[in-house]
Amino acid sequence: MTTATTQPTTERPQRRLPQEVNILMVLVGISLVFEILGWITQGQSFLGNPQRLSIMILQVSVIGIIAIGVTQVIILGGIDLSSGSIVGATAMISMSLAQVGTFDRAIYPGLTDLPVIVPLIAGLMVGLIAGTVNGVLIAYTKIPPFIATLGMMVAARGFAKWYTKGQPVSFPTDSFAALGKGMTPVFIFLLVAAIFHVALKYTRYGKYTYAIGANPQAARVSGINVERHIVKIYAVAGLLAALAGIVVTARGLTAQAGMGVMYELDAIAMAVIGGVSLAGGRGTILGTMIGMVIFGVIISGFTFLRLDAYYQEMIKGVIIVAAVVADVHRQKKRVKKS
Amino acid sequence: MVSASTAAAVDRVKQRIDAEGILAIRGIRKEFPGVLALDDVQLKVRPGTVHALMGENGAGKSTLMKIIAGIYQPDAGEITLRGKPVTLKSPLDALEQGISMIHQELALMNWMTVAENIWIRREPKNVFGLIDHGKMARQTQELFDRLNIRLDPLAMVSELTVAQKQMVEIAKAVSHNSDVLIMDEPTSAITENEVAHLFTIIRDLRARGVGIVYITHKMSELFEIADEFTVFRDGKYVGTHSALDVTRDDIIRMMVGRDITDMFPKIDCPIGEVVLEARNLTIPGVFHDVSFQLRKGEILGLAGLVGSKRSNVAEALFGVHPASSGEVLIDGTPVQITSPKVAMEHGMAFLTEDRKETGCFLILDCLENIQTALITRDHVRFGFIDQKAVTKLAEDMAAKLRVKTPNLAEKVENLSGGNQQKLLIARWLLTKPRILILDEPTRGIDVGAKSEIHRLITGLASEGVAVLMISSELPEVLGMSDRIMVMHEGHVAGFLNRDEADQVKIMDLAAR
Repeated sequence: MTTATTQPTTERPQRRLPQEVNILMVLVGISLVFEILGWITQGQSFLGNPQRLSIMILQVSVIGIIAIGVTQVIILGGIDLSSGSIVGATAMISMSLAQVGTFDRAIYPGLTDLPVIVPLIAGLMVGLIAGTVNGVLIAYTKIPPFIATLGMMVAARGFAKWYTKGQPVSFPTDSFAALGKGMTPVFIFLLVAAIFHVALKYTRYGKYTYAIGANPQAARVSGINVERHIVKIYAVAGLLAALAGIVVTARGLTAQAGMGVMYELDAIAMAVIGGVSLAGGRGTILGTMIGMVIFGVIISGFTFLRLDAYYQEMIKGVIIVAAVVADVHRQKKRVKKS
Repeated sequence: MVSASTAAAVDRVKQRIDAEGILAIRGIRKEFPGVLALDDVQLKVRPGTVHALMGENGAGKSTLMKIIAGIYQPDAGEITLRGKPVTLKSPLDALEQGISMIHQELALMNWMTVAENIWIRREPKNVFGLIDHGKMARQTQELFDRLNIRLDPLAMVSELTVAQKQMVEIAKAVSHNSDVLIMDEPTSAITENEVAHLFTIIRDLRARGVGIVYITHKMSELFEIADEFTVFRDGKYVGTHSALDVTRDDIIRMMVGRDITDMFPKIDCPIGEVVLEARNLTIPGVFHDVSFQLRKGEILGLAGLVGSKRSNVAEALFGVHPASSGEVLIDGTPVQITSPKVAMEHGMAFLTEDRKETGCFLILDCLENIQTALITRDHVRFGFIDQKAVTKLAEDMAAKLRVKTPNLAEKVENLSGGNQQKLLIARWLLTKPRILILDEPTRGIDVGAKSEIHRLITGLASEGVAVLMISSELPEVLGMSDRIMVMHEGHVAGFLNRDEADQVKIMDLAAR
């Protein structure tokens, strides 16, 4: 990542720019590289194609919804590996309650043509429960978040497969399908991002999250109920993963047990690229949003350059590691200073 | 056949060792950010002697030992080993040059066997270059036989008691056949029988010519095992004497002997009714039957040596680790303080001992650090913080406490220790506490900030706040307190009134 090239000042520290500006510069840089390569190799503009850009945003916004939850978990000093599986489980449950009556092999023949609120609430409940279980395990049994959510990742995926014995579920009502139609996922993402941007910045919920991520012991001594807040954050992360699951299944008009595989890693990658520190205590929703767009630009840029999909994955891996290296480097500088 | 010149050289070295000791240290200086831990100290350990190193908490004993063991690098000074100047670049380097150390904190690998722990990095190999476990077990057994330790070399370290682990540590240190052996409070975790056993081992090593540096707080041990002793005070060398021609009082005087300056601006103020009372607070194995009363406007000093469990009592009062039995009364009413949040609801505040570990949010800014406790209770509507009001309060408090920072958006990690401490005090004062528990309020901060904090504490007491102040600095305890409670190994050793207390009396209770 590019770091500011200003001279190191030994006197009063200069007014520092927010970290988001750095990440934004990375985004601009990457976009320009694709723009130039586009003119050279394809003879056309990368950025000057509104349709391509809107597809790009659409592609990443579903995982973006998950990333909003994951961002908070990481700021708290944790990690959530279960989001992708929660997407799968939620998709199955909500779709099975959203089927049309004209389809004669519905999962619940007596429960067809239900108002959209039913599959929506049922799906969200799946995520809320899974997230709460994660949170309770982590906060009260003190097992590492990595292990607790790894367990949930395997279990929730198993649940999704068991639910219909591996059969896909299809034929949703129009009102349910509308949740994934057109640019709706993008609007849902923006709404979620706005809510949690405000929550992290202006509410006690946010202050507690940063405090616990920065120093859980100090947070506890300051009168914060650390355990309860941990449960809250993981529950929110589960809820948002479920929301993403509903959107993705509504958009695809079908639910399959394998939906959402690896989404958790993409969501973590977005957050990390967006400057959220894996050590906890630092990061913003805005940063993650930029990280998400960087992610999208890279994928759509490679497609635009007609690069093989296999290269895309390899390069994605490199970028994720590079983002973490940048984060660790920032930490080291901090340690040296103090 | 040894040539004459070699023999002469050996002789010269021998003479020099006799004159300078096997280990000689001169002019060592070590500074940590904000604290001068060691200032021009010296120490000379002669072969075949036990040299006790004495001093109060924070006198610099452990820092010097860490320098000798290669853990810290001195900023200035000279270390001579067997008559030759050396630099000790790392613990491994020190070990290879013949210095072993038994650490105060046990440093064994729990999931390996006793033998593996002792011979790590020096495992006996078989002809294929693989580890010869049989030989390793035999070597361990021989070592244990020599030291008269009854332990299975193949036992897992995790299954040993603390005392057994301590014996393994000792055996490990001895197995290096070092010329210098450092023991940092080796008896803090073992029983009397084991102490006797340890002393047998020490006498045996002494007879073999090993120079032993023995750090301890306990007078009785000094007289039993030490040949010579050196006293440090506030990071400075006070003196070295033979253990034969001093009395216990002489040593205490050497350890504490400094004048109380008018650094402590104690304001006499009326002391009111009992606000906080503890009755028989106990956590089995930690502290027992701790009872005391704290009154409005009173500063109750809490003194004691490392291991007296003063901080544990404070943590129990504030609900961080609640006591398992006993009663806490606030204004005469019994209360159950199960968490810090509950303690705060009763008007308590707690400045913890370690501001980096349990106090500051180092990576967050000053404002976030100051407002943390306040916003758990006030200035929040529907979850939203009334940031304008809170910022104003925080700014006023930071100004009142004279926190030096360009602005409250500065990250706390960029502040000095004294300013970090003031910031934490500001955090608590915003909650308007009636009972203030301070654990080492001035540890590791410079003199100027220290006296500002002292003035602040007395000011609060005169406004009617009840203060419980834990401090390892006797002058601070004596200068600030209306009454002093002294703890010794988890028990209340006694109370002293302001007019009767002096350093010798406190040390007498604290170091029985």
